[in-house]
Amino acid sequence: MTAALRTEYRKLVTTRLWWILLASMAAYMAFLAGIMAFALTQDPGSMTGGAPGVEAAPMTPESVARTIYTLATSLGYVFPVIVGALAMTSEFRHQTITPTLLAEPRRTVFLAAKMLSSVVVGLLFGIVGTVSTVGAGAGVLALMGEPTYLSDPIVVRSAWLSVVALTVWTVVGVGFGTLLTNQVAVIVVVLAFTQFVEPILRIAGGQFDWSEGMSKYLPGAAGEAITGSSFYADSGMAAGLLTSWQGFAVLLGYAVLFAVVGRVTTLRRDIT
Amino acid sequence: MTALTPPATVTADGVIVIDHLTKRFGPVLAVDDLSFTVRPGRVTGFLGPNGAGKTTTLRILLGLVRATAGTATIGGSTYAHFTQPMRTVGAALEAASFHPGRTALDHLRVYAPQAGVSDARCREVLDFVGLGPVANRRAGGFSLGMRQRLALATTLLGDPQVLLLDEPANGLDPEGIAWLRGLLRHLAAEGRTVLVSSHVLSEVEQTVDDVVIIARGALVHSSSLAALAALAEPSVRIASPDAAGLTRLIELAGWADRLEPAASTRPGVAVLHRVTAAEIGARAFAAGLELHELTPRDVGLEDTFLRLVGEGAIPGVAEPRLEGVVR
Repeated sequence: MTAALRTEYRKLVTTRLWWILLASMAAYMAFLAGIMAFALTQDPGSMTGGAPGVEAAPMTPESVARTIYTLATSLGYVFPVIVGALAMTSEFRHQTITPTLLAEPRRTVFLAAKMLSSVVVGLLFGIVGTVSTVGAGAGVLALMGEPTYLSDPIVVRSAWLSVVALTVWTVVGVGFGTLLTNQVAVIVVVLAFTQFVEPILRIAGGQFDWSEGMSKYLPGAAGEAITGSSFYADSGMAAGLLTSWQGFAVLLGYAVLFAVVGRVTTLRRDIT
Repeated sequence: MTALTPPATVTADGVIVIDHLTKRFGPVLAVDDLSFTVRPGRVTGFLGPNGAGKTTTLRILLGLVRATAGTATIGGSTYAHFTQPMRTVGAALEAASFHPGRTALDHLRVYAPQAGVSDARCREVLDFVGLGPVANRRAGGFSLGMRQRLALATTLLGDPQVLLLDEPANGLDPEGIAWLRGLLRHLAAEGRTVLVSSHVLSEVEQTVDDVVIIARGALVHSSSLAALAALAEPSVRIASPDAAGLTRLIELAGWADRLEPAASTRPGVAVLHRVTAAEIGARAFAAGLELHELTPRDVGLEDTFLRLVGEGAIPGVAEPRLEGVVR
């Protein structure tokens, strides 16, 4: 298993894709956090100002800071998901699955090593994503003369938990890539789901009592729950959150579910 | 040959046994009750036309494809049971199994932990296959010949007792082919098992000791190369200005059934099988027949191979058609 882990880790770091995505994530999150910090301090209700029928929730300066600092979990998690998923789909796209399974014929060991090794890269994405978000967000808050709350333990805890959430998202990505091995399909589905389908489900789900409970268990909501702060919930657009531990368990549950289904479908098939 | 040390124990460990192997892909019978044995210390050619089931057999042997029935073992155990398979078996199935963005050295470093070897060993095998100067170049820019060499380097990484190579000469230049030939002979001489698949016998003719020939998933021939050569049928081309005399001579000698019909269309020209030039010459001299040509034709192994794989063609599988396509 140690050898398999080292092999999978080397696979991740010997291609260029991961740092291109990492740099993109850092730039994108810094940009979003800066814009959001500016908008929220100018007018705390501005986030939902354009959505009719949505009541703008009054946000305290502290929750404004927390929302900004955890934006990576709310809006940037697509980067670690893609990195995780591509770690698996590229094996099929470039047919390296053949030498991979020749070196490690135990397919469950291979899958477990792939998921565990992605934790290292996930942590890196979590740290870089969170640091760039907090850095840009706090910088703009300070420029606007607003409190940054960088010494508030609850705010700092949320930021740290954002690192954890983004790490778990990477593992979810590996699981999803095992389930669906077509690289193009994975990118399309991940982008469509994370950027479009889930936000709509959460906003729509938050409007009715019967669907409110269910929308908490959507992966994006579970990821936000880990940090204890939600862009969607705090802005009044979607329902409340699970607790940190529940969110962690639910999101990890998605990763395991995808991996198990992938193991009995994709990885049971003949490799031709 | 410094990159390779002879295996510590040259035993029956390297014996490959394919035993009543059958594989069905839906309605397609890819491997049909196939049995053969491959011995260590020899280079064995695994031959058959495209689609004969060679790659499927190798993939079953390597645990990538599940057999419908039968077993395929190396040294008595199935591939899934090897704890460090790269130290026992080195296999290259296709020349394209590289991440194009990974360098040649990194490609080997990826598998090094599982083969239980160091980075130094990775450099060593790269130098050995002649890719040392391009170790830090991305595999995506490699030619087919360079990919073949990198695939070969991967198989040699764990210094395995058994080598399974699928069409390894594909894309190699003549110099590369000569080098590969020498390498395979050397590896077999060290007591390793070397199985090389190919769809052209002539490609491996100078390398192999044994041949296993399959067609349509079933075994058609398995022997040493020398025994295969013995199956070759000599033939002789004869020409005479006296066409009627030639026909009479063939009839009197009782060779009518040995005539090659396609080659004997012109009057006064005939091709005879399973008869030597000396026999024909003696008969013609005795009959006073004037001969203008008496040419023994050396039947290549390739012809024997084609005859073997062409035998018992499945009804319903059409011969390639040219008319209508080539005008």
